[in-house]
Amino acid sequence: MSADYPEDLRYTREHEWTRIDGNTVQIGITRFAVEQLGDVTMVEFPDEGDTVTKDEVFGTVESVKAVSDLYAPVSGKVARTNTPLADTPEHINEDPYGEGWLLEIEMSDPSELGELMDAAAYEAFVAEEEA
Amino acid sequence: MTTPADSTSLKETPLSNEHRELGGKLIDFGGFAMPVQYKTGIKKEHHAVRTAAGLFDVSHMGEAVIRGERALEALQRLITNDASVLVDGRALYTVLCRPDGGIVDDCIVYRRTSTEYWIVLNAANREKDMDWLRQHMPAGVQAEDLSEETALIAIQGPMAAAVAGSQSRSDLASVPSFGFIDAEIAGVPCMAARTGYTGEDGFELACPADRATELWRALLTAGEDDGVVPAGLGARDTLRLEARLHLYGQDIDETTTPYEAGLGWVVKLGKGEFIGREALAAQRERGVGRKLAGFRVSGRSTPRPGYAIADRARGGDPHIGRVTSGGPGLSVGAPIGLGYVETGYARAGTQLVIDCRGKDVPAEVIKGPFYRRAS
Repeated sequence: MSADYPEDLRYTREHEWTRIDGNTVQIGITRFAVEQLGDVTMVEFPDEGDTVTKDEVFGTVESVKAVSDLYAPVSGKVARTNTPLADTPEHINEDPYGEGWLLEIEMSDPSELGELMDAAAYEAFVAEEEA
Repeated sequence: MTTPADSTSLKETPLSNEHRELGGKLIDFGGFAMPVQYKTGIKKEHHAVRTAAGLFDVSHMGEAVIRGERALEALQRLITNDASVLVDGRALYTVLCRPDGGIVDDCIVYRRTSTEYWIVLNAANREKDMDWLRQHMPAGVQAEDLSEETALIAIQGPMAAAVAGSQSRSDLASVPSFGFIDAEIAGVPCMAARTGYTGEDGFELACPADRATELWRALLTAGEDDGVVPAGLGARDTLRLEARLHLYGQDIDETTTPYEAGLGWVVKLGKGEFIGREALAAQRERGVGRKLAGFRVSGRSTPRPGYAIADRARGGDPHIGRVTSGGPGLSVGAPIGLGYVETGYARAGTQLVIDCRGKDVPAEVIKGPFYRRAS
């Protein structure tokens, strides 16, 4: 399942992934979330410079069938957003861990990272949700 | 997110195993385990139907037959439309109403002969409808439920007639819209009707349940090179909404009347007595307080059933209605929806706002279908 949940990422119970690079965390939604949602038609997230708070809603992702909230995996300031997604939301379906990334957060409290799951733990978590 | 189907409590169609093998994601729809989409997803299935064709299993729908010398008379009392205009091999869309004008179901009525009519009805209403039909049969007319032994496959899209026709000796291409013939397709005996629920040309093929797999596989294989794909309920919903076709349970139900729903064209007050006629005649006289409006949204937020519709410029309560159906409008270029609004807000061009989870999204009332195929 390594292709579904890359080893170098850390995961949340809300089915988001994080890619940690120093004090910056890139985030997106996992392949499991993408498969549950189906074809994404729109994503809404904050502007660069806004702050987000761990476990709070920072945006929404809409698919043909459903709309879901996005929860911040860590607290901090939004450093960069994947603005091309406004025109190509399908990148989230096609490449959730690459071109489908959502935003990058400058962390305000790196200790929050301790609560994230590694790939194996997340895979087990997903297996439980599906059962 | 969609609830995966709990296969232990749900009914199957004769094609359920085909859906599993094709990677269909099964969900509960009207008590049946039905594919909401296959591997490629709703968007690709939707566009395939608009540009080539899609194959839908709609075997969950109910089929009833009414037989007897007085079959037409029995039917005329039950439906709002006028079945006396039908000749053999022609069908019409109609609703069945309660005495108060509320809609029991919407359905298509097919005249096979002057003493035999078929009715295709909604899956979730099947038992209710059969009870309703049987309660209202005069002596000598029988209403029989054929749902268990009948499968229904829809092939919809610009390539549909050619693909189905390639598997038959019958002249499917010359069947008119809302006409039907008995034909063998891929060797399977079918009632082939030029009807559908997508806004495209196509056929709905009723065949014996135990021959459905044969027919399904033959059509998929025959259409492969033309881009025919299996399509699920997700695409069926985005397609029917663009064509502005109502979904029972969302856009119409027992609390809504045909006049409120914009279905006045299927109510023939002049045809003689029928259930609901008095209430509907009175409503027509008096006018309706709310109407089902179609609207197009600015931006990319999809309106969803239950969202409030508002007029923020109005004093007092800004709430003027509620969304009953919504979709991304994949072939329209903007999200679209239907909802009941106070009558004064149903005129084309009226500006509304839809409360999409706490965010006001502007929308404009549109008359007629959101999408029309090039003819």
